[in-house]
Amino acid sequence: MANEPETPVAASAAEPAVPSLVDRYFTRWYKADVKGKLCQDHCILQHSNRICVTLLSGSHVVLQSGKAIKSISYQISTNCSRLQNKVSGKFKRGAQFLTELAPLCKIYCSDGEEYTISSCVRGRLMEVNENILHKPSILQEKPSTEGYIAVVLPKFEESKSITEGLLTQKQYEEVMVQRINATTATS
Amino acid sequence: MFPLTVENKHVAQLLLSTGTCPRCIFRFCGVDFHAPYKLPYEVCQKVEASGFEFTNLVLSISFPPQLSVREHAAWLLVKQEMGKQSLSLGRNDTVQLKEAYKWITHPLFSEELGVPIDGKSLFEVSVVFAHPETVEDCHFLRAICPDCFKPAKNKQSVFTRMAVMKALNKIKEEDFRKQFPCPPNSPKAVCSVVEIECAHGAVFVAGRYNKYSRNLPQTPWIIDGERKLDSSVEELISDHLLTVFKADSFNFSSSGREDVDVRTLGNGRPFAIELVNPHRVHFTSQEIKELQQKINNSSNKIQVRDLQLVTREAIGHMKEGEEEKTKTYSALIWTNKAIQRKDIEFLDDIKDLKIDQKTPLRVLHRRPLAVRTRIIHSMETHYVDEHHFRLSLKTQAGTYIKEFVHGDFGRTKPNICSLMDVTADILELDVESVDVDWPPALDD
Repeated sequence: MANEPETPVAASAAEPAVPSLVDRYFTRWYKADVKGKLCQDHCILQHSNRICVTLLSGSHVVLQSGKAIKSISYQISTNCSRLQNKVSGKFKRGAQFLTELAPLCKIYCSDGEEYTISSCVRGRLMEVNENILHKPSILQEKPSTEGYIAVVLPKFEESKSITEGLLTQKQYEEVMVQRINATTATS
Repeated sequence: MFPLTVENKHVAQLLLSTGTCPRCIFRFCGVDFHAPYKLPYEVCQKVEASGFEFTNLVLSISFPPQLSVREHAAWLLVKQEMGKQSLSLGRNDTVQLKEAYKWITHPLFSEELGVPIDGKSLFEVSVVFAHPETVEDCHFLRAICPDCFKPAKNKQSVFTRMAVMKALNKIKEEDFRKQFPCPPNSPKAVCSVVEIECAHGAVFVAGRYNKYSRNLPQTPWIIDGERKLDSSVEELISDHLLTVFKADSFNFSSSGREDVDVRTLGNGRPFAIELVNPHRVHFTSQEIKELQQKINNSSNKIQVRDLQLVTREAIGHMKEGEEEKTKTYSALIWTNKAIQRKDIEFLDDIKDLKIDQKTPLRVLHRRPLAVRTRIIHSMETHYVDEHHFRLSLKTQAGTYIKEFVHGDFGRTKPNICSLMDVTADILELDVESVDVDWPPALDD
């Protein structure tokens, strides 16, 4: 929202005169090559109220090179489905607790490849995105908003520490540059 | 000396021999004069010094618990004597000590303080008496009825008035008489006042407020002891009331509320302020009007109207408004795709659109996760340019407007983005009206 009500509306601007929803309320964090797997990059958006949203980073394999997603499953093991997560009350009791490497979902592509998406932050699982179950293409069309994977509520005491193992926007961009250089060097 | 008739002389002598105080003897014999009666003047002094404005008062008097024991002993004796004359006497046929005390002292307090005593008064003076000398008089009851005296957490002594009364109701007459003399013996000193408290019941002030700042929270915004934004709606209104009513504190409530960056236009939003323990309560409507003017002159961030005194019951109207009544808004919307007038016209025709809103991410840390179905009753669009338009909406109470516009990661469905197939964001939001017809509008 505009800070000064008198800000003139920028006419015919493709970019708004003010930061986007994500830039206004969230800080971007990244984890590259999650679980040692090349280019399986995740993005964590942390709201100023400490809530985290786990998404695919724009550089994730699934979002590259015209991959087609066949289906997405939240059944991460025989006994555990993220869809069964039930949260009640103001204190969100009953939520599944996630560690950084806890699996959130599995993405199955038409080329037979299977990708596991991890939480990247510790905390209580609030919800997983059921919209992408019904329409997996949203994940590729709108990976940074509607294609989110999950919402996680970290413990109050850990709100700051959970991002210690993550990359800032700047650090992430440097990693991307290094990756491109490495690729061009070997080719 | 004091006029005592011949018939009364032997009564007086009998009573005197039991240790009854002379004042009571004279009273009993119908000799009526006030002078020997001691009014606890320290009570009157404290009331006058407390700075309260009052036109009546209610007196709450607490006698020492052991007084009930002495009263019980006297009652047993009277019952016995009546029995000898073949007359039966019920407990309710006698006058309770406290009643008699009130009959005597209320007119005296009234005269001294210059106001009537009224049980319904909001101004309460509570007086606690103690009599250290006889504190142990009721302790024998614990041995006989132990379950009446269970230690409660924040009470200093288990011998509360209620507990003692309960035990006295249970104890058998013979057991009582074995433990306690009937009539009771004569103490050396009278009761002393150990506590005097004056308090005035809360008064309520209601009105409607407009908010013209996009940088003002409803309530003070303090994190880790640090104030994040200057002032707040409630402080800008209530601080003046707190001073004028000379109250200890306030409780501010309103029919819903808006975000820091949202203005409240139109007739404003209803609010009510409870002023706790006000020392001044009588105001003419002219004085209230002046108070309203004072508040309005002190800040251009908020303005109030229809400021008036209301009753506690009236608050219900306001909260009813929060949940049931509609609100209208005006939003400035940005779209990523270039739009023409025809691209937004269809929104004007949508009536009673049902939307499902998951708890917005921005409040999810303090609200339960749930899906709320809400209705957008109607919308009106005003084209601005290729990337902006204004949207007026009339919605059900409890609708998150910002999330309806940007979609909140697709967690509010449908939303403006999905309806128009664009990426949209909200740049400005104003509340145009809160459709609650309370408090009553005053013609200024």
